[in-house]
Amino acid sequence: MQTIDLSKIGLREMNKTLHAQAANTNQTTWEIVNPKGAHAIACGLDAPIEVTVKGSTGYYCAGMNQQATVNIKGSAGPGTAENMMSGKVFVDGDASQYAGATGHGGLLVIKGNASSRCGISMKGINIVVHGNIGHMSAFMGQSGNLVVCGDAGDALGDSCYEARLFVRGSVKSLGADCEEKEMRPEHLEILRDLLAEAGSDAKPEDFKRYGSARNLYNFDVDNAAAY
Amino acid sequence: MNKHDPKGIPHTTPRQSATFTQDVNSDIRRAAATGIYDIRGGGAKRKVPSFDDLLFMGASISRYPLEGYREKCETSVTIGGLHAENPIELDIPITIAGMSFGALSGPAKEALGRGASAAGTSTTTGDGGMTAEERGHSNKLVYQYLPSRYGMNPDDLRKADAIEIVVGQGAKPGGGGMLLGQKISDRVAEMRNLPKGIDQRSACRHPDWTGPDDLEIKILELREITGWKVPIYVKVAGARPYYDTTLAIKAGADAVVLDGMQGGTAATQDVFIEHVGQPTLAIIRPAVQALQDLGMHRKVQLILSGGIRSGADVAKAMALGADAVAIGTAALIALGDNDPRWEAEYNALGTTAGAYDDWHEGQDPAGITTQDPELMARFDPIEGGRRLRNYLKVMTLEAQTIARACGKNHLHNLEPEDLVALTMEAAAMARVPLAGTEWYPGKPGTGY
Repeated sequence: MQTIDLSKIGLREMNKTLHAQAANTNQTTWEIVNPKGAHAIACGLDAPIEVTVKGSTGYYCAGMNQQATVNIKGSAGPGTAENMMSGKVFVDGDASQYAGATGHGGLLVIKGNASSRCGISMKGINIVVHGNIGHMSAFMGQSGNLVVCGDAGDALGDSCYEARLFVRGSVKSLGADCEEKEMRPEHLEILRDLLAEAGSDAKPEDFKRYGSARNLYNFDVDNAAAY
Repeated sequence: MNKHDPKGIPHTTPRQSATFTQDVNSDIRRAAATGIYDIRGGGAKRKVPSFDDLLFMGASISRYPLEGYREKCETSVTIGGLHAENPIELDIPITIAGMSFGALSGPAKEALGRGASAAGTSTTTGDGGMTAEERGHSNKLVYQYLPSRYGMNPDDLRKADAIEIVVGQGAKPGGGGMLLGQKISDRVAEMRNLPKGIDQRSACRHPDWTGPDDLEIKILELREITGWKVPIYVKVAGARPYYDTTLAIKAGADAVVLDGMQGGTAATQDVFIEHVGQPTLAIIRPAVQALQDLGMHRKVQLILSGGIRSGADVAKAMALGADAVAIGTAALIALGDNDPRWEAEYNALGTTAGAYDDWHEGQDPAGITTQDPELMARFDPIEGGRRLRNYLKVMTLEAQTIARACGKNHLHNLEPEDLVALTMEAAAMARVPLAGTEWYPGKPGTGY
């Protein structure tokens, strides 16, 4: 294991070191100590390495991640794993706003709660939140799966496209053009796999599925109030 | 005497209302029939104070001109040297503004790359991501980072020569984009990760930051991901140029792109285009003032866009303090958009050459703002690239002609003192004297 003390080498050197890891690197395990809430930690990674951050992070930790696994042993600031393409990001604590925003792929697991706009504009990413999520989550979500083991706040799935939203607890309110959908066997299968990968023992049968009613897909003046 | 006027009383001539004009009435009838606001492409069509209201004074005895064709007048510009390891070096200060693949066809994007590269300048992606043909044909490609993040990925980000964070657009400050279902072809749908044929809405705010403090952190992230190599521009609409420019600089931008209301859009509400934003002429001096107040003029570059059409416009923008300009609509016209050769087809669409602005409907007879394979096939990207190169060269020669006449050996040496205004409005906005006077409204020390 390679250890980087962020307080000693600084953000630029740390990310430069991680970015320099090639696809066939032997140095596959990294530990970052003293993160102290710094922004942009381990963003833009593109190698099959595992990075463990020993503490809480600021904005955009693991942003645009490709291939790598990033473990945050604390809570995460806004935009964690934003625009992730592939790989995995695990947050032991809570995540602030816009977790997994616009993510195209990979898996984001938040073991605590996630704040507002979790999965906003998601484009293929899978997100599993063990706790609750805040308002406007999955706003304009295009594709991928958002799994919430707790409760969801206001306006879930507002203006969403084809993202699948699974919530075990209550939903305070659904956003414009979001509705409860039938839970079919293939959805239970997706849920089972994601919950297992996220280390959750929740039962797929306890969830409800939500998604787009597709009424806003082409403009109709009779739906103008929903815009 | 006629049957309607049996007593022989003279009629007044029929009088059209200045309030309810034929244009206005047609808008009302269209709204009543459809229940939908009018959507169109392009920028503001209303008449606003513009660069046409300014004149260069040239040289005589008090100023010394340079010899045309003999004495050099440089045109190069470097953008992004403040923070980036690899700033953008351009031969001419006229860049191609962001226009999306989706709004434009693939061959049209290719032509923009070809023309810009041949003229020694940059082109820019748009909402919807970077296409291979665009990257392949553009020596210098600026990658737009937009609220929708359609097609946004770190691989393309790293291929870019600069990144432009789009906060706003002159045609619609505070508005998002729209691409109607007719233009969401298989390829466009795949790049944007959307179902085919739906009306695609683009958000008006970025999904993962709000406000200038967040923007500073977003810029940090983008720099970290791209290794601090490429410049980062911030594009803002001409809304509150002094404050927006100040905040962009404070957030760490290498360049500020400032877009006035004549700047085009692929599609948005007509009411937005015509009634929100400020004319290009009105926004430049406050932005330059912000740069000067922060000691950043010429360190952070200012790229002005919105209705730039000629070398005279380029020279005037630079005299007022811009480092470069960007063209969008003008570039499309150079490619062949709105060309009278397609008049019969424009007529069939209920319009005429020069007025066609339903770019979002994908029926462009010129084959530029469409995804229809048959219409696209009408457009030759090699010929289009050649035409754009010619146009950029002419604009550059025109700007040089003016600069030499003002005694300047570099376009950057043009200055407000070279200009006068023809109208009070233009004098106030450009802060140059009304022609024949030494005064402009709001001039410090004049009391009014």
